[in-house]
Amino acid sequence: MRTKITLLVNGARREVQTDPERPLLEVLREDLQLTGTKYGCGEGQCRACTVLLDGKAVTSCMTPVRTAAGKQITTIEGLAQNGKLHRVQEAFQEAEAMQCGYCVPGMVLTTAGLLKNTPRPTEAQIVAALNGNLCRCCGYPSIVAAVRLAAREQSNG
Amino acid sequence: MSSQFQVVGTRPVRHDGADKVTGRALYGADIQLAGLIHGFVLRSPHAHARIKRIDTSKAEAFPGVKAVITAADFPVTPDRIVDLGEGDTPLSYVRGNMLASGKVLYKGHAVAAVAATNVHIAEEAASLIEVEYEPLPCVLTAPDAMKDGAPILHDDLRMKELGEATDKPGNVAEHFRHVKGAVEDGFQLADKIIEREFSTATVHQGYIEPHNATALWNNDGRVLVWCSTQGSFVVRDVTACVLDLPVSQVKVTPMEIGGGFGGKIPVYLEPVAALLSKKSGRPVKIVMPRQAVLEATGPTPGSSIKVKIGATKDGRFTAAQATLAYEAGAYPGSMVGPGAMCVFAAYDIDHITIDGYDVCVNKPSTAAYRAPGASNAAFATESVVDELAETLGIDPIELRLRNAAKEGTRRADGPKYRKIGCVEVLEAMKNHPHYKAPLEGPNRGRGVAVGFWFNVGLPSSVNIAVNADGTVNLVEGSTDIGGTRTSIAMQAAEVLGLPAESVLPSVVDTDSIGFTAVTGGSRTTFATGWAAHDAAQDVVRQIKERAAALWETTADKVKHSRGVYSCNGKSATFAELAAKLGETGGPVVGRAAINPRGVGGSFSGVITDVEVDPDTGKTTILRFTSFQDAGRAIHPSYVEGQMQGGSVQGIGWALNEEYYMSADGVMQNSSLLDYRMPTSLDLPMIDTHIVEVPNPAHPFGVRGVGEANIVPPPAAIANAIYRAAGVRMRRLPMNPPAVMEAVWRKP
Repeated sequence: MRTKITLLVNGARREVQTDPERPLLEVLREDLQLTGTKYGCGEGQCRACTVLLDGKAVTSCMTPVRTAAGKQITTIEGLAQNGKLHRVQEAFQEAEAMQCGYCVPGMVLTTAGLLKNTPRPTEAQIVAALNGNLCRCCGYPSIVAAVRLAAREQSNG
Repeated sequence: MSSQFQVVGTRPVRHDGADKVTGRALYGADIQLAGLIHGFVLRSPHAHARIKRIDTSKAEAFPGVKAVITAADFPVTPDRIVDLGEGDTPLSYVRGNMLASGKVLYKGHAVAAVAATNVHIAEEAASLIEVEYEPLPCVLTAPDAMKDGAPILHDDLRMKELGEATDKPGNVAEHFRHVKGAVEDGFQLADKIIEREFSTATVHQGYIEPHNATALWNNDGRVLVWCSTQGSFVVRDVTACVLDLPVSQVKVTPMEIGGGFGGKIPVYLEPVAALLSKKSGRPVKIVMPRQAVLEATGPTPGSSIKVKIGATKDGRFTAAQATLAYEAGAYPGSMVGPGAMCVFAAYDIDHITIDGYDVCVNKPSTAAYRAPGASNAAFATESVVDELAETLGIDPIELRLRNAAKEGTRRADGPKYRKIGCVEVLEAMKNHPHYKAPLEGPNRGRGVAVGFWFNVGLPSSVNIAVNADGTVNLVEGSTDIGGTRTSIAMQAAEVLGLPAESVLPSVVDTDSIGFTAVTGGSRTTFATGWAAHDAAQDVVRQIKERAAALWETTADKVKHSRGVYSCNGKSATFAELAAKLGETGGPVVGRAAINPRGVGGSFSGVITDVEVDPDTGKTTILRFTSFQDAGRAIHPSYVEGQMQGGSVQGIGWALNEEYYMSADGVMQNSSLLDYRMPTSLDLPMIDTHIVEVPNPAHPFGVRGVGEANIVPPPAAIANAIYRAAGVRMRRLPMNPPAVMEAVWRKP
């Protein structure tokens, strides 16, 4: 039942021998040692495990690895380019949009996905995009502020 | 912000920010070790049952399995009373909650554990363990558990009554009483007396990172542990105690922690992983599935509370009485103690009697949750105070101000307040634009409430080593849940006259720093920050000696101001002197190990506007302003972050969150789909207003800010719902069905 699956992770081809039904989250964390993607609930309800699949935010705990084959997978480790943080990463730091930090990878990738398709989101669009990404430390005011900041920097730049 | 400080009160970027936004921060489950295998814990399907027999042979024979353990694998030692930081408790109870022995006491109670080459094999093998149970009737609430004839959890439990041991069996572990004055005399002086009963549901702390632990029982006999905990030394001491080892044989490395809120103080997995490691000879990692987190860790107690307050016509409280019964869960030790201390803590009342009951029920053993016990109690008191304000025709903030606790007020449980900020918080609320803003429209209402929570002191240790490039490495034992690395480093930076970025903080393992108590009790910025202040002063003292050596004078003649050392016209910066340590005597390390006194409590308040949908009973928060006395806000953004976070948890507790239990004690909503915590769509912006009444006992005036903010929200929302919908809600959560039912019952 193990099969060879080719994944495109953060711009690199990675081959794994695995049960094709295994959650992408598990393959990323255990087979590829990309532990920045977090387990929170295993049923798509906290979105700590969010990654981008062809630019769209998905919950990797609910994504069988076979369905990710051949698609561009971006994890939190792949967002910074050439040693420079992605503007969303910078904005989360600047807006102090974290306490424990466990939800941050999922929040950052959800935001990156939002801004890719909606460069100037309204407040309502921001809140709707983040809905379901659970943060238990901050509430959401500082996180919404970080998204606003990232969107502003994007339109300025 | 006061100009007397250079660093305190500013908002530097956090030291751990880059690691957290890039996914490089290593949390407990991220650890990789050579030869690592994975553990899975088998849990009871029954809420209450006798274990007749456990047969692990099929699991042991399953391919890929390396070890199987049950409670029989604990060392055989006589039971004794131990104090592992949360009060006296029998060792058998501590062990019993890690792996059940004799009986299971809640659904999800750990029974056995398996380690295998991967977690799926471990899980499958665990399902092959045969456990023969004799199911017993269960009891799920404090009032039911206190009845004669209720099923009894612990055959050996005898009630402690007013401080004395008794021979009374049952589920009540303890009944205690606080008395101040003569409460009946006080009620005689009242023109109006209101007495009401309240109840609150079991709720969970809800951290996003599940519990996890990795252990290696090394060949030299030492047990190495990596885990997610609020207190590495608690894990060390509990693990050593349970495994009957000297504390020096256990080394705990605290990994990054993905939220705790009190729920990551208890130890569940570490000794289990250690025993699996001992048996298999391999390092073993266990990560709790979310369902186990909800069913078997933490929650905060459900409670039943009666509050009675008497007042004169002009709004002076004459007497107050409360009876609090809190569900401890499976083992004694609910948070009724602090609940009872906090129930009237915001008020200066001459005559008070408070009774507390700690009651065992067939639910998971309860743990601390942010100001544990206080939110339940404030929900009751602040609702009655609101009703008194309405009855007496006095503005609710004004009524609270007339009775507010102040310096010199003695609480019913004994202590007399030093300088506190209760009045200042209430004044800030009264003068805030939110309170003066009109609130128009049907089905809308505004509510207020206040709350109190302690700071505990407890031991903290900090070492500061000076680097030749003019920076310092600060080493501490307090795990950082919400930004304390930075708030502690800032206090050292202030003393050293350096920018916050020049102090590099690290949270280290239990071998590498002196004993440090848990990150809890709003103590870390307060106590470990104090240790950082003292360790930095130790550095300054030594740097003065080095400057004196260079300038051929004595240290007492060297002056230090904002990072510049001077004497007789000569001066040098910290960095210049740090570069010359080699020629002036070698390395400089400052140290402090303290157990601070003079802790000061923190008061908080909430003003909130809500709208209640008359057709569905759904409450929407329109506006929410949180007030809190921070003493001195070291990093104001972090103080605001704590206030917002506590407010959001309080809103979830007020409106949504609840353990739905079947009659046979099975949680019906043990997933994050059904245990619904607030999301971004549920919430308004949370406005914050920091009040600063410096704590005179702390070098910078700090009061811990982590917890008091969760105390007033449920009561404030209840009071707002009353003004919006005309119903007094006396049970949490105040979800749509509960509000609709109250509306329909309204006469």
